[in-house]
Amino acid sequence: MIIFLKRVSTALVFGIMAFAIFGPLLNLLFWAFAERWYFPYKLPIKYGFKYWELVFHPRGGAMESLGTSLGIAIATVVVCLLVSLPVGYALARRSLPVRSLTMLIFLLPQAFPSLAVYMNIARIFYEMGLNGTITGVVLVHTVHGLVYSVWITTAAFSSVDHSLELAARNLGAPPLYTFLTVTLPQALPGVIASSIFVFLESLDEFTGTFFVGVPDINTLPLLLYSSSMGGNYQVASITALILLVPSIAFMLMVDKFFKADVLSKIGK
Amino acid sequence: MTESRWVTLLMLLPASLLVLVLFLLPLGYSLVSAFTTKDGSLTFDNFLKSYELYSVDVFYTIFIVGVSTLLIGLFSLSIGGYITLCGNPKLVAIMRWLYRWPLFIPFIVAAQCMRTFLAKNGLMNNTLVTTGLLEPLQTVSFLDWRGIIFAFTWKQTAFATLLITGAMASLDQSGIHAARNLGANRFQILIQIITPQITSTLTVALILSCVTMMSVLSVPLIIGAGTPTMLTADMAFRINSYGDYGVANALGFISYALTGTFAWIYLRKGMQEGGKPT
Repeated sequence: MIIFLKRVSTALVFGIMAFAIFGPLLNLLFWAFAERWYFPYKLPIKYGFKYWELVFHPRGGAMESLGTSLGIAIATVVVCLLVSLPVGYALARRSLPVRSLTMLIFLLPQAFPSLAVYMNIARIFYEMGLNGTITGVVLVHTVHGLVYSVWITTAAFSSVDHSLELAARNLGAPPLYTFLTVTLPQALPGVIASSIFVFLESLDEFTGTFFVGVPDINTLPLLLYSSSMGGNYQVASITALILLVPSIAFMLMVDKFFKADVLSKIGK
Repeated sequence: MTESRWVTLLMLLPASLLVLVLFLLPLGYSLVSAFTTKDGSLTFDNFLKSYELYSVDVFYTIFIVGVSTLLIGLFSLSIGGYITLCGNPKLVAIMRWLYRWPLFIPFIVAAQCMRTFLAKNGLMNNTLVTTGLLEPLQTVSFLDWRGIIFAFTWKQTAFATLLITGAMASLDQSGIHAARNLGANRFQILIQIITPQITSTLTVALILSCVTMMSVLSVPLIIGAGTPTMLTADMAFRINSYGDYGVANALGFISYALTGTFAWIYLRKGMQEGGKPT
């Protein structure tokens, strides 16, 4: 009897959790394919692709926003990697008197509520002519992504066995060669994981783009926002679905990149 | 091997410059703007005006972020504990698969999901009515503070749990085995053996969640329309409708102060542990 009760309660907990997690997503899915749906009907009256055609129509704006979003996200990853690989390596391997302080510097942009900073960046960018430009948006996304790229690459480099590098150096390999052939390949899963974080942060970023990108840069989150506020649930849900695809794909793969040994070193 | 200090500095330079120009500079700008008038003289008017107009919203924000942080901590510890201690590989696999779905879902997508899911005629109420748990007339819309808390908790629990299960997985298992041998049940092991060892990870996860929630604009805009609302929505409104940087930055200062309190606790703890923010 007790075993039966235990099973029932386990099933109940899993069921409630699954409903809480998948319910909102399911509702989004319904809206993306609903052509007609109103009260008191519990499910859409008519399903179809009418709104998909509307969204993907050249004048629908989604394709353009998708292109802008992807371009910005890729540029953000590249800039983040360029500046944070050296930092990650330095923090993991070189002696630094102010190591923990350095780690904290890159946490700062995420340790303060970013909105209050973004509105002032927008003001500064406005004077520099960077408002409403891709460069401006990429820069804002980069600063926000640095904590992921620096901390995770540091953890990734720390988890590489130092003796292998020393062995390579003993055999006469120059430092850069050692880094490229011994250290980097072993740290690669972590580096890729950090890039995924940065990519997704950028792709999903709304607030910074909202302040810095207007009026010329229209990313997917901005399109989603304007259609949601305009009461067009179908267009908003379809845009949301497009944003969901990379998010869920990366979520399912995250274990491949995040080994426990790297994960446990983050922030150390 | 000898190391040049200069090379190390050079490695750190580009990233540090980015933080300096794109974070510290605008941060300083916002602090100055909060305490000065348009012509640059010192004033507290911005704060007085913020207090008059938005004091309710400050408490509303503290309440929402506080409750959400608490729930995130509770859920992520429970899920992490379950995964570490359950012992049934099938259930653990299901739980691992289940909890992480919201992990990378953007806040704005989460907000849009909740906007439909938690509405009066949304899927949640419809399901409760269909299963007979609720009468059709009893349904209410959850698109207020409850919706915001739901959205925040939904999204950030996955993040916190990912970090926490990682930390739990790398713990020394012998302590857990010893406790089990001495007759401790799972709950005791989670609270007395595991949690104390992963407090630093838990703190990091909660602080990051807290700051994230204080920064998110889309969720209060999409879910919690009307008054009271969260500080982020107020700041955006101040800027977009009035171009009033003074009050907006005063509100910004208040939100720094709120999260700063958390960060201070974190830093102080780090100092106690020898200056290392672990």
